[in-house]
Amino acid sequence: MFELSSTLLFVAFGLYMAATIFFAVSITGKKFKNRRGIEANKSGLFGYISAVGGFISALAYFVTRWLAVGYAPVSNMFEYTTALGIAMSLAFVIIYPIYKNNYLGLFTMPVVMLIIAYASMFPVEAQPLIPALQSNWLFIHVITTAIGQGILAIGFAAGVLYLVRMIDFTKASKKVKGIEFIMFTLLATVAYVMIGIGFGAADYTATFEYVNEFGETSEIDYPLPPIVGPNEGELVSEQGFNPVISMPEFIRSDDVNTVLWSVLGGLLLYGGLRFGFRKPVAGALQPLVRNVNPQTVDEISYRAIAIGFPVFTLGGLIFAMIWAQIAWTRFWGWDPKEVWALITFLFYAAYLHLRLSRGWQGEKSAWLCVIGFALIMFNLIFVNLIIAGLHSYA
Amino acid sequence: MNKETCECGHKNPYGTYLCESCGKPLKEDGRLANMRYEGVARRSQTYKRSVVDKVWNFFSSVKVGIWIIVLILVTSSIGTLFPQEMYIPPGEDPSLYYAQEYGILGQLYYDLGFHNLYSSWWYMLLIAALGISLVIASLDRFVPLYRALKKQRVTRHAAFMKKQRVYGEGLSSNADLESVKDKLKSKRYKVREENGNLLAEKGRFARWGPYVNHIGLIIFLIGGMLRFFPGMYLDDYVWIREGETEVISGTDGEYFVENNEFLVELYDDQNEDIFQEALMREDAPVVSNYQTNASLYKRAEGGSIGSETELEHVKDHEIRVNEPLTFEGISLYQVDYKINELSNFTFTLESETADEDQLEEVVFNVDLNDPQMYYDYDNGYQVEIIEYFPNFYVSDDGEPMTMNRVPDNPRIIFEVFPPDTDPETDTGEISMIGVQVNEALNEGHEHRISMQDVELVDVTGLTVRRDHTLPIIIVGGSIFMVGLIQGSYWHHRRIWIQQKDGRMLVAGHANKNWHALKNDIAFISEGTNLPEVHDQLDEEEKIEEDKSKMSEGGSR
Repeated sequence: MFELSSTLLFVAFGLYMAATIFFAVSITGKKFKNRRGIEANKSGLFGYISAVGGFISALAYFVTRWLAVGYAPVSNMFEYTTALGIAMSLAFVIIYPIYKNNYLGLFTMPVVMLIIAYASMFPVEAQPLIPALQSNWLFIHVITTAIGQGILAIGFAAGVLYLVRMIDFTKASKKVKGIEFIMFTLLATVAYVMIGIGFGAADYTATFEYVNEFGETSEIDYPLPPIVGPNEGELVSEQGFNPVISMPEFIRSDDVNTVLWSVLGGLLLYGGLRFGFRKPVAGALQPLVRNVNPQTVDEISYRAIAIGFPVFTLGGLIFAMIWAQIAWTRFWGWDPKEVWALITFLFYAAYLHLRLSRGWQGEKSAWLCVIGFALIMFNLIFVNLIIAGLHSYA
Repeated sequence: MNKETCECGHKNPYGTYLCESCGKPLKEDGRLANMRYEGVARRSQTYKRSVVDKVWNFFSSVKVGIWIIVLILVTSSIGTLFPQEMYIPPGEDPSLYYAQEYGILGQLYYDLGFHNLYSSWWYMLLIAALGISLVIASLDRFVPLYRALKKQRVTRHAAFMKKQRVYGEGLSSNADLESVKDKLKSKRYKVREENGNLLAEKGRFARWGPYVNHIGLIIFLIGGMLRFFPGMYLDDYVWIREGETEVISGTDGEYFVENNEFLVELYDDQNEDIFQEALMREDAPVVSNYQTNASLYKRAEGGSIGSETELEHVKDHEIRVNEPLTFEGISLYQVDYKINELSNFTFTLESETADEDQLEEVVFNVDLNDPQMYYDYDNGYQVEIIEYFPNFYVSDDGEPMTMNRVPDNPRIIFEVFPPDTDPETDTGEISMIGVQVNEALNEGHEHRISMQDVELVDVTGLTVRRDHTLPIIIVGGSIFMVGLIQGSYWHHRRIWIQQKDGRMLVAGHANKNWHALKNDIAFISEGTNLPEVHDQLDEEEKIEEDKSKMSEGGSR
């Protein structure tokens, strides 16, 4: 059952990729079809069918894993991040029929794939539940939150689409730098996943003996070649080499090393594309989306947020408070994750109020959608992994 | 203030943008009408004189509201930079801890009071400002908006129609208004008619959503504030050893809880199951369950306070994380534990000179939580505890002391009197006994105290919680959620059709989701010869885009 669930997730990933390709063809392939004398381009429909298939397969992954492990598979970083990707595809599957916008598919499906690929970098094996998580509120709270964030993420995809369509790439500006930074971040994530898979497949580990923050000698495993090494580190494994620089003891050097690899990989990918196209990467995408109606995309992002906000509030704050009252004796305790959920809530609340004012539709609102998604990812990754709190399980 | 009279004869309050009755624009305000709040006059835009007006105007502004939200957002994030005081390890002195752990930034964090940010006066003030803004901004808009939507007429001024975002016009003679009406009704629009003019409206109640959710939020905030009133909120803590019964605070000595057994269960990493890989990777065993088997007792009617003899059994409950024991609004939560606390020592006497048969009788049990201080035996042996230190340490002055009543490091000073001595007059053999400690404190011992057995007990730590603000919080939260859904998942849509001088004007307005409105208009236009409508905002944008392209071309 457990192996089956992994296979199903793999299938889902493939179908999301197929959907991306179909949506790309639906936008760029019109000419080819015309030459053959066929007027209708059905790629958009195929793209949607692939996306639905991907979602069904992902849902099957979710159900089979649930059956195999005995609890809702949303209990650690791999499981939650995967659920977020699936939720985003669910939101897309619901929103696409309303607007039938193939461009949205082209921008959403890659993000879904990237989220799921990123998730698979965390340990994927089944973990037993600690007592605090043994509750039905686990799936009620977490699944609702994931769906809410998934819908909000559509706002992000639509926001990026809007920016790529509208920004003037002919002259350098802060806007161009901003959208290019988004592209770079996405590419760095791609690089992180590719490097991780590559060295994982090669079974790479470099082990160091080093002096940790308590002044004790300890061992640390590097999954990637050590560009930066630990404090007073000494290589004890066959693989690996002496690092270029050493980190002080209070910094988690393996994480710094991984981030460095991702940034370098991202720079390589970004630089390659930048010089290959001889223009900003997002600017190279612009001709693809020339026919997008900005009003429509703006409305899609606004609607995604208007739909996602109540769901997120219900899951991320209200259900969270109910569960916190049951498990942690109080409904609110200013735990960092709680605070960042509140910040996300306040941010989108501010967005919804700003939409009432003139001048905040369109481009400014698209930037806000991007920032909102950045907050969600920050709360998922940074708050869980860096800031210690009650939510740091994974 | 002067009323403004529109050409339709309606008298509008000063400050009105669009006539409340016919919609004629009373102020020049761009190419498209500003339909927010139906163009009504709001108190905040009308009165600007007194202090009250100024305060009202300040808090009624959405801009100010957004600023308050942003300030709360930013300051809240600062509080997560380092842990709040309640999350630093217990027993640490915060004035030293932050500097020690986080250096100069930590010291600054502490000095600025950010270690208790969420209970600081200025954070409270921000929350209060948000509450005031919610009340005033809602009232400022709700009252006139309610009036305007209640009063709206079917027949609208042509200028109003032309200034709508979705608008079209054409000859009226060939349009089939009856089918339009039927189609609108099939889409569940409420249709009103007046002299051949139509107003179709749907989902007006969505407009009240924001006000409903603001009311919910205010109730929620009031609920949160009530916590600071005495008696509303109880947060206590109780340690109970296995087999012991403790009074539950906040019940006036009426309820008691007994710890029958405390358990910690671990996942078995030897099981050939799906979790084995993860369990093997962990350094420490993974806990699967913390549990207190508890019994709840109530003092019997007529029993006096504190008398534990007359307790009535109420119920048994297995308290686990996620499964508190709840009765009469009080909940007991599993939050902490201590495994293997010393509870009982059993001693015997050893001697090389004395008769062994006699010594066999001398067995004494010392309950470390409530020791019996004197033991005597038929064969004449007597043992006295001179002093007992449950948690022994030597003070700075060299005095033996106990830190507290918890027997973590017990020391007992015994005086043993063999049969031939008289405790009244003689001094016995004095020695100090503890774990791995057996020291004679005076000379001439013929007996040695020997520890035969140690009994351990598990202790459970329970949080006692009663929160009378919960019902208010729940009501507030529910109303908020209802309002949020009401305002988000329904949309107020209106379609006006007007006939004037043989022309037909069609206009539409939606508070959000213009896409659905346009679809509805496309649906009613099909086969009814209604004039075609356009999105004037699209056109506006196209004009601007063309303009900017032309200027670019010119500069090249």
